[in-house]
Amino acid sequence: MKLNGKKVTLHDNCLRDGMHPKRHQISTAQMVEIATALDAAGVPLMEVTHGDGLGGASVNYGFPLHTDEEYLRAVVPKLKRAKVSALLIPGIGTVDHLRLAHDCGVATLRVATHCTEADVSEQHIALSRKLGLDTVGFLMMAHMIEPEALVQQARLMESYGANCIYCTDSAGYMLPEDVTVRIAALRAALQPQTELGFHGHHNLAMGIANSLAAIEAGANRIDGSAAGLGAGAGNTPLEVFAAVCDRMGIITGVDVFKLADVAEDLVVPLMDSPIHIDRDALILGYAGVYSSFLLFAKRAAKKYGVRSADILVELGRMKTVGGQEDMIEDVAINMAGRR
Amino acid sequence: MAKINAALVGSGNIGTDLMFKALRSDWINPAWMVGIDASSDGLAKARERGLKTTADGVDGLLPHIAKDNIRIAFDATSAYVHAENARKLQSRGVVVIDLTPAAIGPYCVPPVNLSEHVGAREMNVNMVSCGGQATIPIVAAVSRVQKVAYAEIVATVASRSAGPGTRRNIDEFTRTTASGIEKVGGAQRGKAIIILNPAEPPLIMRDTVHCLTATEPDQQRITDSIKSMLAEVQKYVPGYVLKNGPVFDGNRVSVYLEVAGLGDYLPRFAGNLDIMTAAALRTGEMIAQEIVSGRFQPSAA
Repeated sequence: MKLNGKKVTLHDNCLRDGMHPKRHQISTAQMVEIATALDAAGVPLMEVTHGDGLGGASVNYGFPLHTDEEYLRAVVPKLKRAKVSALLIPGIGTVDHLRLAHDCGVATLRVATHCTEADVSEQHIALSRKLGLDTVGFLMMAHMIEPEALVQQARLMESYGANCIYCTDSAGYMLPEDVTVRIAALRAALQPQTELGFHGHHNLAMGIANSLAAIEAGANRIDGSAAGLGAGAGNTPLEVFAAVCDRMGIITGVDVFKLADVAEDLVVPLMDSPIHIDRDALILGYAGVYSSFLLFAKRAAKKYGVRSADILVELGRMKTVGGQEDMIEDVAINMAGRR
Repeated sequence: MAKINAALVGSGNIGTDLMFKALRSDWINPAWMVGIDASSDGLAKARERGLKTTADGVDGLLPHIAKDNIRIAFDATSAYVHAENARKLQSRGVVVIDLTPAAIGPYCVPPVNLSEHVGAREMNVNMVSCGGQATIPIVAAVSRVQKVAYAEIVATVASRSAGPGTRRNIDEFTRTTASGIEKVGGAQRGKAIIILNPAEPPLIMRDTVHCLTATEPDQQRITDSIKSMLAEVQKYVPGYVLKNGPVFDGNRVSVYLEVAGLGDYLPRFAGNLDIMTAAALRTGEMIAQEIVSGRFQPSAA
């Protein structure tokens, strides 16, 4: 693989995807400390919101320690070079949240839909572009459809005004070949100026390999999280990926030693439990289940005396998609009743 | 018993499904269907069943309102044209039941507040949203027992049952439903979430209702209240089923529902669309009974 000299934008997600393993309880002070350290390490872009994006505060996904507005207003003014992105999932967040994020100084807006439902993102992508934001279409659970179908959805988002399209492996299910065919198909079909990105989860330990496959096939934005802090077995560990990029001559502008310090000294101490591939996280990747379901399944398993791995397998069999956290308790009750 | 003549405005999925239900009604006689596309399947189906039709929109219906004695109209077009339709129809003394998200008139969720609206002789009522019809009765069932500080609903529908209008303005669903949860459901604060799931075969609509009560929930009274509300909804949507719950966890009360349709024109899995047409027809029937009895004489505003 020859990627020497390629320029890639690293996008940290530990303050957004990392909210899942933290049950959305990261404090504004912790966010500011980590964000400024990421900035000093040369990370150019980082995401800050509730784990389920703007407006995610809910019974269904968990109430955060602070509001999206409090987090954004705390973090954005403290950064010297780095920019902040916000995630918005139509059906959960609305254009009102988008306007708020814009008012808070967010530079990038990522509009996320299930990989087959891009047409619910039209109003949000169009407004984001109109407001002059770097606008990303974020196609989640992209393993569930074939590359040709993914291309059609990406074309919709591009037509609404997205200047970057993500292939999002929300379940950490993809293998490098799955990433290669999807990114290559997107690269061949979309306009040359449309950027491509990849968002990985580490449930099968493929975060690094998949991200490299994405770059080789034409992606130039890669998501990861310092110390991997993210849903499931976490995201691609960003400090590890930055080191691999350095070794391969991929240009990221990130200081590996400084980023490793952020991960070790600031993010790891924050963890409620180690981010690693335990049995449940492995099942997420193996069965293709939305990574954010992990803690909900563990809690429901405990409450109803059933196995969390069994709940996750059932959710995979039901072909649940991101956002259907309500089905976890429903499935656990059914399982407990059947015994 | 004399039936009240009604017009179905909109010949799409919703209008056509509503026609099949109305043809079985003891109170409503669907006399007209109004479309804008002469070749639409809905208008063809209406003609086959003896309805008069026009493909010229509401303007094509207006000259016939008086002689065909149209007293009620169901508007299943879009929020964009509803205001104009409503103005034209109401100015001729026709009561309008609005199935679009326009929400000019007050929200109507039949088992919760239909009798109130009928009593107030409203000339225009709005049917909120599919998720609202499926969940607001449960929120109201809890809030009539004790104060609900916050209620949140998650509606999951099959991708194939979400039309282009809903998709183009999905924020309208979340906003309208949240507002209905507060105004009709009686929650102090409401939130609505909608998820589209493309699984094949399509999933039957699922709705989850989470209420946070202001004080410790009275489990027995809330359970009884929910059960009696379920029975009320099942009178017009037989496929409205409690799957699990109520689950009590601290001040959280969670109810897990499934809504299957009757499969009249729309497939059974599209319970989200069926509950709208069924609720609208039930509203129309109540208004029709008031008109027949002479208690309500709709007139031009």
